[in-house]
Amino acid sequence: MNGWLLAIVQTLVFIGAAPFFSGWVKWSKCKLQNRRGAPPWQPYRDLKKLFGKEIVLPQNASPIFRLAPYIVFSVTAIACSVVPLVAVGLPTSALADVIVLVGLFALGRFFLSLAGMDIGTAFGGMGSSREVTISSLAEPAMLLAVFTLAMSVSSTNLSSVISTLLLRPFQLYPSFIFAAMGLVLVAMAETGRIPVDNPATHLELTMIHEAMILEYCGRHLALMEWSAMLKLMLYAVLLVNLFFPWGVAITLTPAALAFAAIIMIVKLLLLGLALAVAETGLAKMRLFRVPQLLGLAFILSLLGMLSHIILEVR
Amino acid sequence: MPLFIAKIAIILALFSALLPPLLKRRPQLSKTLAFSLLGLAGLTAAGAGAMALLHPAPLSEVLPVGLPWLQAHIQLDSLAGFFLAIVGLVTAVAACYGPGYTYEFEKEGLPLAPLTIFTGLFVTSMFLLLLAADAFSFMFSWELMSVSSYFLVSYQHYKLENRNAAFLYLLMAQVGGLCILLGYGVLAGFGSDFSFTAMATAQLSSNWQTIAFLLAFVGFGMKAGIVPLHVWLPQAHPVAPSHISALMSGVMLKVAIYGFIRFTYDLLGEIHWTWGVLVLLIGAASALLGVLYALMQHDLKRLLAYHSVENIGIIYIGLGLSMIFAGTGHLALAALGLVAALYHCLNHALFKSLLFLGAGAVLQQSRQHDMEQMGGLIHRMPVTASCFLIGCISISALPPFNGFVSEWLTFQAALQGPVLESGVLGSLIPVAAAALALTGALAAACFVKVFGVIFLGLPRNAEAVQAHEVSFGMTFAQIVLAACCLLFGVLPTWTIGALSVISQSLLGEALPEATAHGWLWLTPIASETASYGAPMVLLGLGLAWILVWLGFHPQRRRQSLRRGEPWDCGFGALNERTQYTATAFSMPIRRIFGPAWPIKEQLEPASDLQPQRYLLHIGDWAWQKIYLPLGRLVLTAAKRTALIQGGNIRVYLTYSFFTLIFILWVLV
Repeated sequence: MNGWLLAIVQTLVFIGAAPFFSGWVKWSKCKLQNRRGAPPWQPYRDLKKLFGKEIVLPQNASPIFRLAPYIVFSVTAIACSVVPLVAVGLPTSALADVIVLVGLFALGRFFLSLAGMDIGTAFGGMGSSREVTISSLAEPAMLLAVFTLAMSVSSTNLSSVISTLLLRPFQLYPSFIFAAMGLVLVAMAETGRIPVDNPATHLELTMIHEAMILEYCGRHLALMEWSAMLKLMLYAVLLVNLFFPWGVAITLTPAALAFAAIIMIVKLLLLGLALAVAETGLAKMRLFRVPQLLGLAFILSLLGMLSHIILEVR
Repeated sequence: MPLFIAKIAIILALFSALLPPLLKRRPQLSKTLAFSLLGLAGLTAAGAGAMALLHPAPLSEVLPVGLPWLQAHIQLDSLAGFFLAIVGLVTAVAACYGPGYTYEFEKEGLPLAPLTIFTGLFVTSMFLLLLAADAFSFMFSWELMSVSSYFLVSYQHYKLENRNAAFLYLLMAQVGGLCILLGYGVLAGFGSDFSFTAMATAQLSSNWQTIAFLLAFVGFGMKAGIVPLHVWLPQAHPVAPSHISALMSGVMLKVAIYGFIRFTYDLLGEIHWTWGVLVLLIGAASALLGVLYALMQHDLKRLLAYHSVENIGIIYIGLGLSMIFAGTGHLALAALGLVAALYHCLNHALFKSLLFLGAGAVLQQSRQHDMEQMGGLIHRMPVTASCFLIGCISISALPPFNGFVSEWLTFQAALQGPVLESGVLGSLIPVAAAALALTGALAAACFVKVFGVIFLGLPRNAEAVQAHEVSFGMTFAQIVLAACCLLFGVLPTWTIGALSVISQSLLGEALPEATAHGWLWLTPIASETASYGAPMVLLGLGLAWILVWLGFHPQRRRQSLRRGEPWDCGFGALNERTQYTATAFSMPIRRIFGPAWPIKEQLEPASDLQPQRYLLHIGDWAWQKIYLPLGRLVLTAAKRTALIQGGNIRVYLTYSFFTLIFILWVLV
């Protein structure tokens, strides 16, 4: 029972902290660009404002349009309950393994893209088309990257992957380095960060994610925005916990949990800073350069897997 | 008992075929009776199959039909029972759908009798085939299946397209049938008898085994539609009536898979891992090419036909993994691969039939095969749209629906690749897994396109505006299949428990761990390795949804939301021409995977009569690189041979004279 309670608390913390993480990335980016920048808690204000607003539905919106924000948000929330934030071995981790996690992301994206096509505007269709194209290249790369880890510890369960890595003496595996590089590229594409998509733009030539949700307003928009923040946080937590698992609590004692929480905060803040630096330094790519980036991610993940089989199994 | 019930099912199906000629004067009565009998036959067969699956002892019998020394053997074991249940279920559903759908043909003045006769024969032949336990009755039902479905494909024979497709189908079915016959011939030659029991005990050398396997692989693969033998599928499925397409794609392809499994696992005895490599490679190629070609189609039913190629590829990936593991002695993992493949057979039968039935409803209402002419149908056909959406989610392998479970199992089997001794195999299997991952992602992209273009947005022509919901029987059939898709997705443990029986009988190994943790948790290898709690995921989704709804829905009273003009970045009046088309939607993918298709793009300049036009033609490499050259080769050979044909009787007499002399010289 205790485990379930902890799992629920962890999920709620996850969902609650996601806007702050987004705000933190935005704030650090502003600082790096010599702008004053909104405080990191600005996303909470935005969400509050959006939840308070009235909804105006486009005339020919179908039920899909109204369902999509709820589906996207609940799918992402379930994904949050599966990814270990501060502790492993919680009962929710047996709910779904990493393949199911990828599947859940895909389910959310499916409805998001359908919502983009629902009104019949050219922007929505364009966003959906770009989104499914990019994700159909990113998804296999991500699966391969996590398969490399899964094969190494012979489990696809995130919780047992992390705990096995923690209990094992530290060693630098070449396959992990490749997989990490692949996963970083995938994360950039899937969360719509700079070399692939620009989260701060509404220019029709460049946007992907924003194009799909152009017609949303009020709480629907708030849910969509919040889901996007959750997704960013999910990928961040996946990256830091899979490749730098130190600090994650294996035993569920208060001391271990508190320590894990502090370490987690530090790790995420550092990752956010790194993301801000990367986004400041890089320029956005042309859309048809993105497949090359994702092809690179795919090859890196494949190399990771092959190097695991060739170098590490025997 | 199950065998007896299965025989009743066959008789019922046969009766539904025989009725129309008997009741010539009463077409309405004969239609109703024929479809009811067909539905009853389907339900009976499904019941018999389920019973056979639950009581796994094989039942066999020798029927007093055929030549005196060559009587028909029939047998019902768990494998046949499983496929019988699939065929029966889809038949019953198609029979519900049929009356409403064929009403359109009656309105056009087409006679229904050929359709009902050959549908009945088609279903009968599939039931017979699954029960057959000797090569003769197997081949008899196989040919009956091919020929009756030929007549179904050519039902609207006044269209040239239909005749061509039907001829191609018959041609390839016959070539495939020949290969299977030769395969059985090899086995029977060593086994001294044509019954399956004699074949299974035959002692073959390794080379002959491989020859028999290759013959069976090509023969059954021709029917199943693996790359590059798939070319008949995208021709035949679009022209057949939709409930027939559902039967052909959903069920007949599965019967071919059944034949392949029966031949390889049961009759050949020993499985070589090299065969598994071949099956795996061809399966991966089929999956990837199938989905890539599907992405480029605008004809809805042709698109679905290419997705059959994809899904057959996924089934073959599972089978290939299973054969590799079985050949190298890892029987528990071989069982996992086999169960994954069988589960995908069931899933594909369910969601592909659902999608074909939905496509039929859409075609009937919009009177268009071309997706580019539809749009906005969700407002006019809400039930069909909802069921079709479930089919789309299932086929895209998204949780918590059924397609996901079997792909998840296939991934789990592939992830066990490193247990193999050989490093080459160990790295080949992950590459196949990568192909599977790419396939799944592309399939999701394709079905976003399909659903988005057909059901969402604005209607693109007048018929799409006037569409309305289809008749009760047609929606009922779709609802049943959609419910099955959810059911088999959420409660996979029970199905896997039943499928374990099959792997137990074929490989001598079940999956004890898969269901060891109760029906909530699916753990195919061990609970710490991988687990999937499908009911819990669904529950979690529902719970999260309710919480979100309660938490963020300030005016919870039922009040309608304010509607307004779409914003569209302020561009103003929307019309159906500004929205994305299917071609536009798949353009980025077309550009990225360019070399995968032979593409012809053309821009017709504007003239006084017509505005500028963009023409796009996407072919099939298999057709251009294999079949067309083959056809040309045959023509050239015929022309060369025609040289000796002089038309002069004296020349022919000279040929006969020299032939006689040659034969005498050889003989004496």
